[in-house]
Amino acid sequence: MTDSRQTGAEILIRALREQGVEVVFGYPGGAVLPIYDALYKQNELRHVLVRQEGGAVHSAEGYARSSGKVGVVLVTSGPGATNAVTGLTDALLDSIPIICLTGQVPTHLIGNDAFQEADTTGITRPCTKHNYLVKSPDDVARVVHEAFLVATTGRPGPVVIDLPKDVLQLEGTYTSKEGVQLKSYRPQVQGDRERIRQAVAMMAAAKKPILYTGGGVVNAGPRASELLRELVAETGFPITSTLMGLGCYPASGKNWLGMLGMHGTYEANLAMHGSDVMINIGARFDDRVTGRISGFAPGARKIHVDIDPSSINKNVRVDLPIVGDAASVLEDMLTIWREEGYGKKADREALASWWKQIDEWRGVNCLRYRKSDTIIKPQYALERLAHHIKPYGDDVYISTEVGQHQMWAAQFLPFNQPNRWMTSGGLGTMGYGLPAAIGAQMANPGKLCIDVAGEASILMNIQEMTTATQYRLPVKVFCLNNQWMGMVRQWQELLHGERYSESYSEALPDFVKLAEAYGWVGLRADSPSDLDGLIEEMIKTDRPVFADVRVDQKENCFPMIPSGRAHNEMLLGPEDQVENPITEEGMVLV
Amino acid sequence: MIQPPSVYEFQHNEERINRHTISVLVDNEPGVLARVIGLFSGRGYNIESLTVSEVDHAEHLSRITIVTSGTAMIVEQIKAQLDRLVPVHKVRDLTLEAVHIERELALIKIVSTGERRVEALRMADIFKARVVDATLESFVFEFTGTSAEQDDFASLMRPLGLVEIVRTGVVAIGRGTATL
Ligand SMILES: Cc1ncc(C[n+]2csc(CCOP(=O)(O)OP(=O)(O)O)c2C)c(N)n1
Ligand SMILES: [Mg+2]
Repeated sequence: MTDSRQTGAEILIRALREQGVEVVFGYPGGAVLPIYDALYKQNELRHVLVRQEGGAVHSAEGYARSSGKVGVVLVTSGPGATNAVTGLTDALLDSIPIICLTGQVPTHLIGNDAFQEADTTGITRPCTKHNYLVKSPDDVARVVHEAFLVATTGRPGPVVIDLPKDVLQLEGTYTSKEGVQLKSYRPQVQGDRERIRQAVAMMAAAKKPILYTGGGVVNAGPRASELLRELVAETGFPITSTLMGLGCYPASGKNWLGMLGMHGTYEANLAMHGSDVMINIGARFDDRVTGRISGFAPGARKIHVDIDPSSINKNVRVDLPIVGDAASVLEDMLTIWREEGYGKKADREALASWWKQIDEWRGVNCLRYRKSDTIIKPQYALERLAHHIKPYGDDVYISTEVGQHQMWAAQFLPFNQPNRWMTSGGLGTMGYGLPAAIGAQMANPGKLCIDVAGEASILMNIQEMTTATQYRLPVKVFCLNNQWMGMVRQWQELLHGERYSESYSEALPDFVKLAEAYGWVGLRADSPSDLDGLIEEMIKTDRPVFADVRVDQKENCFPMIPSGRAHNEMLLGPEDQVENPITEEGMVLV
Repeated sequence: MIQPPSVYEFQHNEERINRHTISVLVDNEPGVLARVIGLFSGRGYNIESLTVSEVDHAEHLSRITIVTSGTAMIVEQIKAQLDRLVPVHKVRDLTLEAVHIERELALIKIVSTGERRVEALRMADIFKARVVDATLESFVFEFTGTSAEQDDFASLMRPLGLVEIVRTGVVAIGRGTATL
């Protein structure tokens, strides 16, 4: 059938196959029926029927992040496409490669307010890396190949392909991916060698260096994480990472300072603040990381490695920008470091006293919390979870929802490999975790996939439980149920005079019964003594499990850099709140 | 690709807001202008003027000229963000990178009689504006010049019966042999 004419829908599926796609997360509707018909007639491409299009995009994100492949989504026109918008924005902010195929009304009806018509390319223009409206079946294959190129190269991101129904039904010819290119799009992979040389010289001369890494290292592929580990070993530098970059350097590594930022560790944030040379690799100086810009690492000369030139000098002015792929630049850095023999020439004495200072900060033990025999502390629940998943080593995939539980998961669960941690970083999308776990489980059959959830967030995409049931995906929801939108409650306590406006999770369902209704196993723990049994049961059950872990309602997430504060103005615990009331300026920030 | 400047290359007075004329070569495809404009509105950048037209029919290329303003850091961002758009081939800051020429074309309608009408014609002659339409009570002048000359000419014409004006916005090109 190589050169025979095929319908647009058949061409689409052939192009997806040529791109190596195995799974599509989707939901049918009138405009995409030709695609569903073509799917029906083949059995190479698997379709996972989600229960809401938002779930499809998050599942595709979980699939992509846990496998390094592209996540593919298929939704119908109008409401199908608009439901996908949150997920697309999420993927844009977290730089996740997604291809979203949207149905569209037939070309002759576009602009007529036809049934289920939405201006999908207009709506998704600001929330995609790029988007296409395909006007002819002859263009379908080329556009798919271009879209994969755009989604996966440079800084990855979501790409929408809007497909009018007539284009799917009419016949056209296929174009293979060979030779498809984009003249105007050439991401720069290799860093400027001279600048890298300068950067390495700055690193060698540093007295108080810090490596600050981010999701760019994950996106650069597993090789980047290996190179990063080598660089840390060669230089002996301390390393911290953003929420997005967890796992690139192992949490068990001796140079690891923990995550930085608003809920980062004391040692990571103070090391950032006190550093003299900062090496940012694949992170973007997000406001959750920098705190107040004017107080951000005032004494540091900053090196910034990023594949996206627009990330450079956006929030923080840097001294030495290097545009390039993290793996490629890390490789060059290592080569130069070794060639120049910097391992011997660097100021070892200064580095030793820098480490001495860092060890003092570590001694503060900033993640400590008050233990209890009667009430489950959320941190304790996660410590026990970490304990029980340890024997599974690298074969555990964790996703989260958004809120306190997300920050605690980042603080208390150790990540030793990239692509094991899926959380909505940039957009902070509640409802992300369950569909993401489903996507991760699709990509990693037989592995443990756990969504660390909050009781409020999980309700935002609770319908995806039935997706897991249908495909026999044994995902686990480990729900830290504090009966509050805990993160909102925490801000109201600290910033709004303890006026807890609408943040109580009223009328919660009985999650155990809910689980059973969906064909899952439901478990509950009310006291610390229940916890180990619950976790063991959850892990050994070869079915989807909802674990309702009833935790302390009043616990707050620390350390915390309140909005508008600098890294050295961190709150360490409840005792700090009174001494350091949050400023008016801080209050207007999010 | 141009490397982003390092901190040492920023001007000293970094908070100063300057006017920049930026040339952007793009694929002439549906939605490309919406991408550019959406970028400016979405990120809160200024557009003082924007012109666009196809310049190479065979290659489907259009050239956009944008006049914007911002601090050195913002203008760097604007250029990097523009360059990031998939259908964008080239971005050049003519203000920083090239000695260049800027022009705008205006059509200006004057309704007046008697001495004011005569005076309007005299001023147009001094400014080398062309009469492209005339009735017994009106003229339409075609005038080409820099934005500042446009402002000057319009303000002179206002008391002489200017009732309507339309301007193309700035188009710009580098001097000498260098091209975009
Ligand atoms: C879609 C969406 N709506 C609102 C918010 C604002 N928000 C952030 S955290 C949070 C509360 C989350 O509560 P829960 O899931 O119970 O987590 P907890 O903080 O209690 O651990 C809210 C409402 C958000 N991040 N996403
Ligand atoms: Mg909660």
